[in-house]
Parts: sequence; C-alpha cells; structure tokens
Amino acid sequence: MKVLLRNPRRELDVAGPLRVSALLERLEVNRETVLVIRGDTLVTGDAVLADDDQVEVRPVISGGA
Amino acid sequence: MKCRRCKAPAVIEIRRHNAAFCPPCFEHHCTEQVRKAIDEFTMLSPGERVLVAVSGGKDSLALWDMLLDMGYDADGLYLGLGIGDYSAQSLVYTRAFADAKGAKLHEVDIPAEFGFDIPTAAVVTRRVPCSACGLSKRHLFNKAALDGGYDVVATGHNLDDEAAVLFGNVLRWQTEYLGRQLPVLPAAHGFPRKVKPLVRLAERETAAWCVLRGIDYQVEECPNAEGNKHLGYKAALNAIEDSSPGSKHAFYFEFLDKVSDRFTPQAQAEQEGLRPCTGCGAPTTDAELCAFCKLVQRVIR
Repeated sequence: MKVLLRNPRRELDVAGPLRVSALLERLEVNRETVLVIRGDTLVTGDAVLADDDQVEVRPVISGGA
Repeated sequence: MKCRRCKAPAVIEIRRHNAAFCPPCFEHHCTEQVRKAIDEFTMLSPGERVLVAVSGGKDSLALWDMLLDMGYDADGLYLGLGIGDYSAQSLVYTRAFADAKGAKLHEVDIPAEFGFDIPTAAVVTRRVPCSACGLSKRHLFNKAALDGGYDVVATGHNLDDEAAVLFGNVLRWQTEYLGRQLPVLPAAHGFPRKVKPLVRLAERETAAWCVLRGIDYQVEECPNAEGNKHLGYKAALNAIEDSSPGSKHAFYFEFLDKVSDRFTPQAQAEQEGLRPCTGCGAPTTDAELCAFCKLVQRVIR
C-alpha cells in the first residue's frame, strides 16, 4: 500500500494486509497524535489495510497556543 | 469496531471515552461536548454576536462550523501573519469555508496594515516567532471584537492546547498565568469576553470533524512552530495519554475544579492595574505604550 506521511510530506510503500494499529507501531507513531485515512474515509485501529490501499497518516498536533 | 451509540461500523475510536463512533454519532458526540462546555462555563447566550478567531486550521474551522450549525450568530476573523506560502494557503482554506457556509469573514492583513510580518518581528525582537504572533493575535482580536460590536471572541483552543499550556505553567509554577487559564475570561477593562468552546475535545477529534465534514484545512504545521516548547509539552502528554487514556482531561479539568481559583486573585489584581495605552487606547500594564504598539514601533523603525 501507499502510505502518505506529513511534516515533512513523504510517501512509503508498505506491504499489506496490515492492521492500522500494526502500521502505526511499525512507523513508531503515537496513535493519539494521528488520524488514519483510507481513501477519503477515517479508519479505526482494528481495520485491516489491503495491499492496494491508499493510506494517509495525518498528524493532528498543532504547535500554536 | 462498532459505534457505541448505534452499533454501525465505527470510523474513529476515542480511548479516553472508551468509545468508538460512526460518522453521524461522532458529530453528535462533538456537538454534545461543545454544548456541554458552553453550558457548564456559561460561555455564550442566545442572540449574542460571536467573533470566531479563524486561522484556516482544523480547530478554528471546526469551531466555526459547529457554532454555525448550533445556530449561533458567528462571524470569522482571519489575521494575515505574513508567514509566506503558509499564510497564503491558510487564507485560501478560510475563504473557501466562509464561502461554502455563506458566513461573514473579516480579514486583517498585518503586513498591509501595520508594515511588518511575524518572521521579521521575531528577528527584530530576538524572541521566538510564536511570541510576536500570540501578542499580535490577542491585541488584534480584542480590537476587532470591540470595534465590530461583538459580545464575545471564540477561539479554537482544544483540550490538548489547554493541557499543554497548563503543563508548561505548572512546570515553572507561573502562577500569574495559572490564574488566567480558564475556559472563559469575562469582559473587563476594555477586553471583550473570550471563550474556548472546544476545551472538551482533543485535537484528534477536531481534525476528524473536518475530515468527516469535508472541510479542507491547513494540514501542514506552521514553519515557525517546529521544535517549540508547546509541541514538546504535547508530545510528553500524549506519551502519558497513550498508556493512560483520559490523563489530559483529568489534568486540565481537575485543575479547573480543584485549584484554579487559588490563582485568580493574582490575575484579578493585575487587571486592576491596567491603564489605556497612549498609542491605541488598549488596556495595558505598561506606563505608556501597550506591548503591541511597542512591537510595531520596534519593527518598523
């Protein structure tokens, strides 16, 4: 699957099938700090991502106060 | 994973509530949390004119969207900070949202109106950009609200923001700031009332609100924020939250419930010492010019 990451913007190829929670562990990303979007839909941690999915791991943490 | 309310397939899990929601029930959850914050802290009353501070980011656009949906008379104010493409793109998202909703948007461009931008102000003052940015925002939102006859300014500060600021203030026991860290600051001494209706929502929820509602927002981080203290505090709190869901909520709301009133006398005493700025008339603790007028004077000299 294609995985889009941000800040900085980059794309990774990751083999599926793979659970969202396992993808975040592999990327060493705290699940409290991102949304995972498959296509244009949010998915929960137990969702299984397929090899041909387009996935975005979108950070949600803003630096302003 | 199933939605806690209707058992349909869930799209988002919220661990601090031990819940997951489908899109319609997630919108219901967010709206209820905002309604609860507004009611609990008496933030807004029917018929009041609300000025929403909008940046083009997820929090402020989600807030504006929710307030409009809840029937509030809410206009937006966007401040152009002059941070290159980041500011230009943020304005595009803000205008697109306002157009789509048929909402009224005010714009103040700091470079055009005051002759400086935030990156330049940071260089001249030799302080971090967030310092000049925050100072300018506070001053100009106050001014716009008072000039425009608005009853209240609403900002998109969320649970993560408030917990991180509290964390930083507690680390250094900055008691003068602790006394002002409230979801509502009442109108006083030339200041409009300020409210933070998103304090019961984490920023992951405001981002999800935008995704599910089809609101395009500025996803990229402000280039000036990279590596700032606030992000460090958030990272620390999210590490705790990951192993102990609900910690951020407990940290902030237990502070409000159990100890915040110990610090309010100090904050009130500071308010008593305010006088009008000789440059613009805004309230200030300084003898002559307020901090914003001093900033303008230094940067355009």
